[in-house]
Amino acid sequence: MAQIVLQNVTKIFKDEEVVKNLNVTIKDGSFTVLVGPSGCGKSTTLRMIAGLETQTSGDIWIDDQRVNDVPPGKRNIAMVFQNYALYPTMTVKENIEFGLVNKKIPKEERKKLVSEISEIVGLTEFFNKKPQYLSGGQRQRVALARAMVKKPKVFILDEPLSNLDAKLRSQMRTELIQLHKRLGTTFVYVTHDQVEAMSMGDEIIILNKGEIKQVDSPMDIYQDPSNTFTAEFIGTPAMNVVSYERVCSLLPDIQTNAGFIGFRPEHTNIHSTVIDSDNRLVIPGEIITRETLGSEVIYQVNSKVGTCNVKSFLSTVERSNKVYMSISYDDLYFFNKNGERMRDVAVGKKKPLVLEGV
Amino acid sequence: MSWIKVRPYTMIAPSVIIFCLFFIYPIFYMIYLSVFDWNFVSPTMDFVGFENFISLIGEREFIEVMRNSAVYTFLTVFFTLSISLFLALWLNKQGGLYSFIQGAIFSPHIISLVSISMLWMWLMDSDYGLLNWFLGLVGIAKIEWLTHPDTALFSLVLVAVWKGIGFNTLVFIAGLQSIPKDMYEAAQLDEASPFRILYKITLPMLSPTLFFLAVISMIGSFQVFDTIAIMTQGGPINSTNTFVYYIYENGFRFFKIGYASAAGVVLLLVISLLTIIYFKLLASRVHYR
Repeated sequence: MAQIVLQNVTKIFKDEEVVKNLNVTIKDGSFTVLVGPSGCGKSTTLRMIAGLETQTSGDIWIDDQRVNDVPPGKRNIAMVFQNYALYPTMTVKENIEFGLVNKKIPKEERKKLVSEISEIVGLTEFFNKKPQYLSGGQRQRVALARAMVKKPKVFILDEPLSNLDAKLRSQMRTELIQLHKRLGTTFVYVTHDQVEAMSMGDEIIILNKGEIKQVDSPMDIYQDPSNTFTAEFIGTPAMNVVSYERVCSLLPDIQTNAGFIGFRPEHTNIHSTVIDSDNRLVIPGEIITRETLGSEVIYQVNSKVGTCNVKSFLSTVERSNKVYMSISYDDLYFFNKNGERMRDVAVGKKKPLVLEGV
Repeated sequence: MSWIKVRPYTMIAPSVIIFCLFFIYPIFYMIYLSVFDWNFVSPTMDFVGFENFISLIGEREFIEVMRNSAVYTFLTVFFTLSISLFLALWLNKQGGLYSFIQGAIFSPHIISLVSISMLWMWLMDSDYGLLNWFLGLVGIAKIEWLTHPDTALFSLVLVAVWKGIGFNTLVFIAGLQSIPKDMYEAAQLDEASPFRILYKITLPMLSPTLFFLAVISMIGSFQVFDTIAIMTQGGPINSTNTFVYYIYENGFRFFKIGYASAAGVVLLLVISLLTIIYFKLLASRVHYR
């Protein structure tokens, strides 16, 4: 178990600064997910923690050891690669055992460790097979077993599920969560998939263009985004963020210099007739597409403030094209012109948390 | 038959015709000629059965030719492959210097063997050659590179290795570059030593390349001709006479075409046999992705 600290870590490839002055602490025993669009520097960060990439400047600490000059094999880290990186010329057993043999662990102990781990991941029957004869999910398990058998302080996983099909992916997702619970080891997980990040992580680090946008628990990230990037990154569909200028005529005058207003599709109601409400923002618009997903319907609505998504959990599909979107004032998020959250701005009075009879 | 059915055959016809005309037909014609006694010009061909083969086996010169070919092939293949592999491991990096060295060692491959032979004859000249001049500088006695029966064959091996390593290195580098990088990263995290990485990952992953190069350079070495014809003419005292040169001499200088064909058949059998053995012994250890 270990805590990882990144201090002023910067990585420059040629002329490009892929990671910019990163300062973050990955808590001991946490399941920390690094998430962001491709090219945001998440994999580079991960590889720097593993020691496969050297930071241009800054320090990386694992527990109280500064690991800048420690080779990857000595960092007490195990990594699961995106395409597994199994050794194709070795059997499953040899793959799992390889690291132990390199560490010169006696044969008896090795045997015990390998069979113990294989039991956990359910690989015993494939022991003498080569990876090419295994399915994607089984290969994934071998890669996990190879990482687990070393009993590392930190597990590093680089988009390990991206090569699996949807069903297997959700199954492995649960298995990884359980595995983390059982081992209690620090997990650092990289993904570009926000659903994966939300469902697995207990701490999420959102990166964009080499900078940290927000570090928080999944629910805090969802309910309390710090900036438009986070707001637009998390959620399916993501938060609607529209320019304040276009919306302000529909709102009571609140004397603010906000740049953007955001509202979540699932907080937005859709009506076929105009509604009159003194605590809701009402925007007229026109439905462009309807996605009926069974439990919910997602509308894309074109309006004068821009194109917005609306998620409705009502089973009846809105038929008319001319509609009105309405959002409670309490569900509006304000951002300044740089996209930073303005937490002190609100329209009207905040509703009490407990609803009194309707 | 409809045109649709015939069309594919017309497409491959040119190459099939050329293949049959210049590969299949000569092989069978050679086998046919090997049971005759003929001098290329006489209107009659005497059928002699296996007599050509029997006298071939009985000939001390031919036994020497077989031995020379075997030694030459083994040494050439062994040294070419091991040096090329070593160079490839060293040169498989990014950077101008490495590309330059790669290009430099590849250049012999595009030079005609005749020019190479001339060049090396000059370098290896016992009295005026550059090699002996260098040896003289460090106080080593002159070596009769091409004129002594004990050294001539090895000198030819040297030339073949010098010419061959560039191409082989290039193929090895291509093979090395097709090994996924993350496998090395995984090995690094597994604390594998450089030697273990080479032995357990690089070499097994490179085995198809290694096998391919071993087979083609073996076949190529068995068929060596140009350097021998130009540099030594099989001498001195038959010490560099190898299969193809022997066949050429008997067929086109002594006009014993039946006898030469019989030697050709033996060469065909030897190469086929060796290739089969290669495949049987090694193919099971080759890892194909």
